[in-house]
Amino acid sequence: MKIACTASGDTLEAPFDNRFGRAEKFIIYDTESNTYTVLDNSQNLQAAQGAGVQSAQHVVASGATAIITGHLGPKAARVIFAAGIDAYHADAQTVGEALAMFKSKALKPLRDADVEGHWV
Amino acid sequence: MRIAIASGKGGTGKTFVTVNLARSFGNPLLVLDCDVEEPNSNLFIHGDLISERRSTVLVPRVDESLCEGSKVCSEVCEFNAIAVIGGKPLIFEDLCHSCGACAMFCPNGAIGEIEHKIGKVTVRTSDNIRLVEGMLDVGKALAVPVIRDVKHFADDAKEEHVLIDSPPGTSCPMVWTVGDADLVILVAEPTSFGLHDLELAVETVREIGIQFGVVINKDGLGDDRLERYCEKEGIEILARIPHDRRIAEVYAKGEQVIDVLPQYHELFTNLWNTITRKVHTVGGSDV
Repeated sequence: MKIACTASGDTLEAPFDNRFGRAEKFIIYDTESNTYTVLDNSQNLQAAQGAGVQSAQHVVASGATAIITGHLGPKAARVIFAAGIDAYHADAQTVGEALAMFKSKALKPLRDADVEGHWV
Repeated sequence: MRIAIASGKGGTGKTFVTVNLARSFGNPLLVLDCDVEEPNSNLFIHGDLISERRSTVLVPRVDESLCEGSKVCSEVCEFNAIAVIGGKPLIFEDLCHSCGACAMFCPNGAIGEIEHKIGKVTVRTSDNIRLVEGMLDVGKALAVPVIRDVKHFADDAKEEHVLIDSPPGTSCPMVWTVGDADLVILVAEPTSFGLHDLELAVETVREIGIQFGVVINKDGLGDDRLERYCEKEGIEILARIPHDRRIAEVYAKGEQVIDVLPQYHELFTNLWNTITRKVHTVGGSDV
């Protein structure tokens, strides 16, 4: 399966980003091949509005079936759950750490948005 | 004659000037409260409620039996208000700017537009004054459509004169509010903040190309930099309202200053005379 993890860099050592809609990048990690690709999301970092909606559509298009992030706003959550994607909350320093926690089933699933929009 | 009362900074006395100008005028007058995020002229103009109507914008509604999941709607939306997931459009009304592009470009004609309430417009009358007030609903982001609904009342007004209480700031709501005025009164206080935000407001009304002048409120509070700025820029000071504790006391009780402190009545009648002269002097030098 593919997992999208919010990041502010291009590698597994990159800092984990707590934000979903305004995450700079998504690391799309493939658990079967243990490889990853980087999805640039910087256009939404600057978006005037609707960053969550647009970011969620990016993730859907990437083929990921789960996301790992810090927090999820209401509009992004609507898109993510409509697409049948699972969401997980992580409190991690790096992307690699968040993914390791996911693999060891240490992450708490997000069933709904856990913050208001425009959370920073 | 349409007079807009604006300022860069909030809390400088726009509503204070508006309601006392209105009160000092004996003839029929239309007052528009375009500060739709926090309208408060009604605290001072206690009128009978004549009408209340919804303020709406158009948002898309999808006929799912016609939708084939082309995603065109979401691609043409500049505001990220539509996401197409699993062949089904999800609409985010709060992000929609009512441009209609989704409905226009949908290859299947599956999108129609429906009204979405974002606020209300109320009309009250009190003596010579008809007060129209816009109120944006909590959580809605677009103030301009509500302001537009309020301003429609000026188009077919029977009153000869219109006073327009503007929102603070210098962004779209303020520009839409003052854009077609014959004159803008910029209310400023003589403080560092007051001067800074006045400069922004002056730049804005100059860009729009409307005549304007300044009313200094709380005159004597700070220093003379505001006066020196106006002098240097050739901006007429239309009136000076003293920094008088009694004004604050009366205003804080929701009373009209010119009723309780009649010594200020003349100040506002003089202001009427000044702005009338200015509007009727073609080619004012301030623009």
